[in-house]
Amino acid sequence: MSRRGAKRLALALVLILAAGAAPAVQPDEILADPALEARAREIGREIRCPVCQGESIDDSNAPISRDLRIILRERLVAGDTNDEVIDYLVDRYGEFILFKPRATGANWILWLAGPVMLVAAGGVAVLALRRKSAPEPALSPEEQARLAELMRE
Amino acid sequence: MIVELGHFALILALTVAVVQTVLPLWGAQRDNPALMAVAAPAAVAQFALVALAFGVLTWAFVVSDFSLAVVANNSHTLKPMLYKVTGVWGNHEGSLLLWVLILALFGAVAAIFGTSLPARLRARVLAVQGSIGAAFLAFLVFTSNPFWRLVTPPLDGADMNPLLQDPGLAFHPPFLYLGYVGLSMAFSFAVAALIEGRVDAAWARWVRPWTLTAWVFLTIGIALGSWWAYYELGWGGFWFWDPVENASFMPWLFAAALLHSAIVVEKRESLKSWTILLAILAFGFSLLGTFLVRSGVITSVHSFASDPTRGVFILGLLAFFTGGALTLFALRAGSMEGKGVFALISRESALVANNILLAVSAMVVFIGTIWPLAAELLIGRTVSVGEPFFNATFTPFFVALAVILPAGAMLAWKRGDLPRALRQLVPALLLAGAFAALAFALQTGRSALGPIGLFLGTWVIFGAVTDLWLRTGRSGNRLSRLSRLPRADWGKATAHSGLGVVILAVAALHAWKIEVVTVVDTGGSFSLGAYDVLLKEVKQVAGPNYVSTTAEMVVTKGGADFATLYPEKRVYPVQAMPTTEAAIGYGPFADVYLVIGDPQAGGGWAVRGYVEPMANWLWAGAALMALGGILSLSDRRYRVAAGARRAVPQGVPAE
Repeated sequence: MSRRGAKRLALALVLILAAGAAPAVQPDEILADPALEARAREIGREIRCPVCQGESIDDSNAPISRDLRIILRERLVAGDTNDEVIDYLVDRYGEFILFKPRATGANWILWLAGPVMLVAAGGVAVLALRRKSAPEPALSPEEQARLAELMRE
Repeated sequence: MIVELGHFALILALTVAVVQTVLPLWGAQRDNPALMAVAAPAAVAQFALVALAFGVLTWAFVVSDFSLAVVANNSHTLKPMLYKVTGVWGNHEGSLLLWVLILALFGAVAAIFGTSLPARLRARVLAVQGSIGAAFLAFLVFTSNPFWRLVTPPLDGADMNPLLQDPGLAFHPPFLYLGYVGLSMAFSFAVAALIEGRVDAAWARWVRPWTLTAWVFLTIGIALGSWWAYYELGWGGFWFWDPVENASFMPWLFAAALLHSAIVVEKRESLKSWTILLAILAFGFSLLGTFLVRSGVITSVHSFASDPTRGVFILGLLAFFTGGALTLFALRAGSMEGKGVFALISRESALVANNILLAVSAMVVFIGTIWPLAAELLIGRTVSVGEPFFNATFTPFFVALAVILPAGAMLAWKRGDLPRALRQLVPALLLAGAFAALAFALQTGRSALGPIGLFLGTWVIFGAVTDLWLRTGRSGNRLSRLSRLPRADWGKATAHSGLGVVILAVAALHAWKIEVVTVVDTGGSFSLGAYDVLLKEVKQVAGPNYVSTTAEMVVTKGGADFATLYPEKRVYPVQAMPTTEAAIGYGPFADVYLVIGDPQAGGGWAVRGYVEPMANWLWAGAALMALGGILSLSDRRYRVAAGARRAVPQGVPAE
């Protein structure tokens, strides 16, 4: 294919792809009330796009993320609290969509690992230091004599 | 023919690495100088052979030799030359070859400059380094051979992932690998010391420069990656707590802990076994990072070149090296009793606290990163762990670190005087409080994060300045004494203030970022914080291997011109993939970050704009940290006496 032809094909592709992709939060989704929109963003950042690789629905281009963004805004407009909105989404899409897993069941391990390790490490360190910083035994008479000898030299 | 030369060189490098492992180890055990002497030339030969293989692969990419599977799958004749070259490591096989090249480079450097090391330690260090090389060369040759030929070469290649077609690829992976792999030297020294059963100040003096070097490269590599993500991904963010980012961050945290604890071994001959353990863990987490990235076991936006079938091999290597070293550690650590005693309030204790915070925070990142995998495998529960979790659980550790840093850094060795240190820090504390109060007064109804971060950052920066100033004594010409302070003191102050600057920037970016998403017609404008943005024109532009929708946007602040920006949306036809190219107007206190979206049905264009407060400070802070490491590395005691087996001279300044 000629270079010119390649460019024309590419241009056609731009138009096709542009129709399909919906990058991140779209202007038409945004709520008129800035307070509600701020809450929507706060929630959106914590919800994972179900089909992407580790993107939040606010960052994702996938159509399902757009659906989720719209649903969560509908719930907010209907008067749900943030927690209610999140519960609503989790009921339908599973806890997989939560970027901040709930502290239930085995997830306690995840949440408590940091504090527990810190306390354990701190405890071990303090105990070891206590032992280490215990006053050294006084010099024995032989050592005293040796020291005096060394000092003379 | 040239390709086959590269292939043979790679296989030969593998055999040389095996020789480099076996003979010196045997020789050191049997006290045979001839066998021990094999290590150094073998290390140099291994490097030369891997370099030849790497050169050949680069040549294949440059001339677009599509008879090589790697080239056919990852390159294209239309791809610009820069990306043909950087594309060598923009794929699984090539990036592993780069990994092995850097590994061999470190081995060769240690062989050439390590002549003052005791012969036996040197032989063992090079042998351990050789064994890592042998393992990865085997991995390369048997599972990821970059010199695999195709029976019927295609007419043109499949091109490279467009996100990678960026100058960032030229620098980010090599620096990151220099850091990752640099930690292998600390690991080799640790294992050699375990085999010897001996750790002393001279050993620490050898390990610390290698760790510092690796840490400096890792810092630069991570910062470059963060900057790349910032301008390329178009989300206005700089860090996503993505598994692959975490994979590079964990070794960084451990390396930071290691280079602090190595100071204690060097100055005070204490914390020996802990330092050895950190050296093993730091490289262990580098291997883990390689495993996470290369196996694709954890999904990530980064794993552009991963293959689950290869994961098992890397997992085996990880288990062998980390498990083997830890077993050796368990057997031998008891014999490495530290000498120095110190009080609960002392520089040593402060460094222990630093180590605990860094190591535990790294473990938090680790558990968060593997939790989705562990939960699914062990209890069949599918969960996600992302940014909100890490922000909540990781941040407290760095807050604590920043709080104790200035005072801890000023305590005396052995027995410190905390009230005195705090008294000396009163000016820094007041200054930090004033900045926080100012921030609190200026912002309305925003999170407390801004003032707190500003307080911590300023506290750390002025704490470092105070420390440096107090080192000049009490009277006389303090300024001239300041310029004659050892480079290590300057390095410490520079790196610590770099951390302070990073804290400032992270807090500002989290607390005061402004985002606007809107629709604008051509010729229309919108306001973005203190700025006004005019969408002047949108046009189609053809690039070498992409087509672009380029917008011209004029940014003004209070009527005065700020910048004219050209955000783009590109489509790479060969990979049929759209990318956004954000346009950034860099400013000293805030960046203006613009992204052009899609044309709207009712006319006009979707646009996103961000004001990113103090974004430049983030990269500047990271650069300061790296500079601090370099200054410390250039200290006289490393230039003059590196490796000399003698006692630490009295009166060496801290760090």
